[in-house]
Amino acid sequence: MAVGLDKVRPENIHEEKSLILEGMDISGHWNRMFDPRVLTDYSVENLEKVAALPGGESLMWCYGCAKCTGVCPVDIVGDYSPRKIHRKTQAGMDLFTSPDLWLCTTCMNCLRVCPKEVNMIHIMPAVREQAVLNGEVPPELQKAFEDTAKHGNPLGQPQRKRADWAKSAGVPVPILKDLKRPVDVLWYVGSYPSYHPRGMDAARAAARIFNALGIDFGILGAEEKDDGDSQRLAGEKGLFEMLAEQNIAAFSKYEFNRMVVTGPHEFNAFKHEYPKYGGDFTVLHYTRFLVEHLDTLKPMLKKPLNPSTSSGRSLKVTFHDPCYLGRHNGEYDAPRELLRTIPGVELVEMGRCRENGYCCGGGGGGMWLDSHTKDHTQMRLSERRVREAAEYGAEVLAVCCPFEVSRFEDAAKSTGNDKLLVRDILELLDESMKG
Amino acid sequence: MNIVVAIKQIPNLTDELEINSEGTGLDHDAVQYVLNEFDEHAIEEAVLTKESAGGSVTVIGVDTTGELNEALHTALAKGADKAAKVTGDYPRGTDSHTQAKLLADAIKGLAPEVVFAGVQAADDRDGQMGPMLAAHLGMPYVGVVTGVTASGGKIIVHKEYAGGVMAEFEVTLPAVIGVQAAHQPPRYAPVSKIRQIAKTAKADELSGGEAAGAGSTVRRMFKPEAAGHAEMWGDNADEVAEKIAGLLRDKGLLK
Ligand code: SF4
Ligand code: SF4
Repeated sequence: MAVGLDKVRPENIHEEKSLILEGMDISGHWNRMFDPRVLTDYSVENLEKVAALPGGESLMWCYGCAKCTGVCPVDIVGDYSPRKIHRKTQAGMDLFTSPDLWLCTTCMNCLRVCPKEVNMIHIMPAVREQAVLNGEVPPELQKAFEDTAKHGNPLGQPQRKRADWAKSAGVPVPILKDLKRPVDVLWYVGSYPSYHPRGMDAARAAARIFNALGIDFGILGAEEKDDGDSQRLAGEKGLFEMLAEQNIAAFSKYEFNRMVVTGPHEFNAFKHEYPKYGGDFTVLHYTRFLVEHLDTLKPMLKKPLNPSTSSGRSLKVTFHDPCYLGRHNGEYDAPRELLRTIPGVELVEMGRCRENGYCCGGGGGGMWLDSHTKDHTQMRLSERRVREAAEYGAEVLAVCCPFEVSRFEDAAKSTGNDKLLVRDILELLDESMKG
Repeated sequence: MNIVVAIKQIPNLTDELEINSEGTGLDHDAVQYVLNEFDEHAIEEAVLTKESAGGSVTVIGVDTTGELNEALHTALAKGADKAAKVTGDYPRGTDSHTQAKLLADAIKGLAPEVVFAGVQAADDRDGQMGPMLAAHLGMPYVGVVTGVTASGGKIIVHKEYAGGVMAEFEVTLPAVIGVQAAHQPPRYAPVSKIRQIAKTAKADELSGGEAAGAGSTVRRMFKPEAAGHAEMWGDNADEVAEKIAGLLRDKGLLK
């Protein structure tokens, strides 16, 4: 751990002069020694409450080996991991009302190493769903739920303006409703690329690349709704189901061979969740799709991205593996292949990469829990990540998840790493094609 | 306290609004219908009143879309106890006069102590639903209410006037209250909960009578027409400042 990163801020340590805790007098200086309370003194009620939920069972299986604690991205900036959740719940913590419930980003790094298959990807949504039903949701997350339910996107933007970004793409972006013919590719753009200013940059870049490659594609425009996967993982399963039904109905109206998505969360939703609701489509993340077209793409990448070609020094680019593309779906190579193809780029790997990639903090609802997470950790996960990128001497932090550009750009500013540029791979490709 | 909330569905204003081919109204089939935002406040205030003073909340509306259940289930998920709908041959965009008459007939049988309604709706914007309901029911009406306190068979309502002036009224019951805003923002009903309720809940169906007639007719409806055009002065601050100063000088506003 970096120097100066105490897990508990000194100002948060309160020393009571006299204190009786659960019937035990623990008055006195904080380092007085006590006999540990025997675990069997506690009621297992709270643990059983979690395990009784469909999806919550595996919390019981933990045998405390702590492999997860070493890899949990939240533990690196705070005090967290499945083992700790298990232990605290065993010792009486009510996970249903604890702030801990909202810190897991469902990044899946713990499950990767856990010998007992304690599965936070199932436990967290199950418990959160109950909290949501009881109305115990952090307000910022509730706002995102409300906006998604009302407007079809968590940013609260008007549904009818979903394709407005395309007007300034400089190339045609056909909308399937107007096109009235089958297409090869249905491009599901996603909420952040449709509405967030930095997401739109990536969407426009993608439109130009698809056009240059001569892809026969169309988008849904105002018929497209948020995929809802992150809302599901944050506990609003009903909202996810509603969106899934609406999106599947929209997809089914048109004829296409396969779907290409801008974001890993959408990829995950369409690949693993939508089939459960009758929406079974061939879906590719844009990185894999573009790698398929590498032979055509490569000669188009004319402009080297390094600052000065004469010095021969290349641009140091590092890549952040999105949890939902990498660990959740096993795609580590396509983004790297694209980056290596761009002239003038040197790919530098960070220590935490590929299977052990760090998390940006945006998954599992984290995108909409910024204040909550900030109140319960030392620094944002995105801030930890940009520091790592800077430590490795990267000039550009390349990403391929629409949640990440704004998260990392904010983090670069707040940590004083303003010089670190954050770019979607789409933007880098587009830039190089301009040569 | 026996509380009834009268609700109404209106076109979703975040959608593209289409005018019908006659140019006399909206193309109702091309727009999506949602619950009137002021009615969301009326439901919230009703549930808050129930939570503080006890009693029950019944939510009722005229089903003009065949989709009213969605709004009713949402209200139940927020804490209403019962839901009812008036059904019959009432098309989308049925005028507020007809809806008020139908609702009044239905509400009579519910013997309410207080009826909440949204103070206005974004479709006809005449703010007449509440007053007409009150007239049909023979009850007093107070509108533009931003908070209700119930105690001992009476309610105190907080009413807003223009220019930030506020007043409190003691209202003898039964009465109809036009809610401008609940005293806290309408709560979120998780879609998970709404979907659970949708599986089991059943709204009482009441068949309504004749349409009452709108009381007014729309002769022409049209989208805003551009008159003149704006001139863009670019983004160079110095040049733009120079031009603004020049313009003010030309108009004699600067010497
Ligand atoms: S790795 Fe699995 S078994 Fe080991 S402490 Fe973590 S959750 Fe428990
Ligand atoms: S899923 Fe990720 S954030 Fe959640 S507990 Fe596991 S390692 Fe930590």
